[in-house]
Amino acid sequence: MTLVALDGVGKRFASGTEALAGVDLRIGAGEFLAILGPSGCGKSTLLRLIAGLAEPSRGRITRAASRQVGFVFQEATLLPWSDALTNVRLPLRLAGLPRAEQEARAAAALEQMGLRGFERAYPRELSGGMRMRVSIARALVTRPSLLLMDEPFAALDELTRHRLNDDLLALWAGSGVTVVFVTHSVFESVYLASRIVVMAARPGRVAAELAVQAPAPRPAGFRTSPDYAALCRQATEALEGALGEAKPR
Amino acid sequence: MRLVDALAPAAVGVAVLGAWEGLVRLYGVPAYVLPGPAAIAGALAEDWPLLSGSLLVTLRIALLALLLAVSLGGLLAVAFAQSRWVERAFFPYAVVLQVTPIVAIAPLILIWVDDVTLSLLICAWIVAFFPVLSNTVLGLNSADRNHVELFRLYGATRWQTLWLLRLPGALPFFLAGLRVAGGLALIGAVVAEFVAGAGGTGSGLAFRILEAGYQLKIPRMFAALALISALGIAIFAVLGLVQHLLLRRWHESAMRPEG
Repeated sequence: MTLVALDGVGKRFASGTEALAGVDLRIGAGEFLAILGPSGCGKSTLLRLIAGLAEPSRGRITRAASRQVGFVFQEATLLPWSDALTNVRLPLRLAGLPRAEQEARAAAALEQMGLRGFERAYPRELSGGMRMRVSIARALVTRPSLLLMDEPFAALDELTRHRLNDDLLALWAGSGVTVVFVTHSVFESVYLASRIVVMAARPGRVAAELAVQAPAPRPAGFRTSPDYAALCRQATEALEGALGEAKPR
Repeated sequence: MRLVDALAPAAVGVAVLGAWEGLVRLYGVPAYVLPGPAAIAGALAEDWPLLSGSLLVTLRIALLALLLAVSLGGLLAVAFAQSRWVERAFFPYAVVLQVTPIVAIAPLILIWVDDVTLSLLICAWIVAFFPVLSNTVLGLNSADRNHVELFRLYGATRWQTLWLLRLPGALPFFLAGLRVAGGLALIGAVVAEFVAGAGGTGSGLAFRILEAGYQLKIPRMFAALALISALGIAIFAVLGLVQHLLLRRWHESAMRPEG
């Protein structure tokens, strides 16, 4: 089943910059889609269009009717004046759910992200990785069918990123949520995704697509396996191809 | 706070007062020119019934003006933040009110408003409200773009965005404005009392200074002056404490430095 379909989508900013042109994309229910591309290729813009935070200036975006979206930004974007639990229950609060239910579901979401015991901690008392976990818990608390993530782990150290990658995969495999994950890291996209869309810049467009055949969650040692290396080489070649096309004439 | 941080300014104060007293005695400066700290303290103790009453009058005006500044300035800021149009239309007039020296407006207000206390209050309010207004407007407009998008994504109403995002985000700005406004409310009250002068029936500290000046009771003049300073320091300290208590869990400004 297709959750979101983009047909010939283009986006031109008021400044005249053409961020996206002619993007055709199908997002199937339950897949883990990585959008891979260099900086400035419009991948964040694409994610915002999928989220409905911006409108396309050309083409059409069709969405399945029952669609609850969770969004994880590049930074944790937590409210600094609220503790972890209050941050996580924010979407439910905005939806007007009873307070007891908000708190119960927020606590469960925090526990799912391994943050039990940190309910009353303020964002600045948490490490970067923990803040991102709170942010993911907030995105999950509405039980979304579509989870959109905009380079969420780019600012984290490598070990923290690897652990969050594994946790995210386990979560995806266990819940059936559809994930669209924007990244500029070949390694991250190959490790996480079941399908990779490679984008090229100026204007932003889909340059290549790559299916990743690997069990999820990834087996131990997958990061150092020849399979992983081969997939990374493929993705790198696709990305370099996309970069080559975009070279200034 | 470390002990040294408290002791150092106290030591400077004691040294200055000691030198002052010593020089006044050494050169035999008459009290009607410059009284020494001991004479001022004496006047403070002796005239305490009179001065404490005046202290309360000035304190009341300053606090009421501050309260008005906070409520009206805050409400106005929220109104401004709701619509660019309202802000553009009205902000210049708030600026006009701010930049016109209060000493120049005070006589008019005293003429127009019969009740002296009320006119003092209006003067103090005019001086105090602008920092609250401008800081709060700035704070309300400083919401993080990603936070605004987050609220939009979850279908937040305008009211929810104001209450859960813009107002808490504006709090540090508001509190910084409040601290400035606290000092200004006192200044406004004192200036208005001076302008009202002997013509007013007010009996605040500034009135006592004028009165003591006419009567050449210079130590009392200094005692009243010292009380005004102490009042200003107390208001500043209390508002600083409020700021610290409200922000200590989350805002950088209220954090202790590491180590």
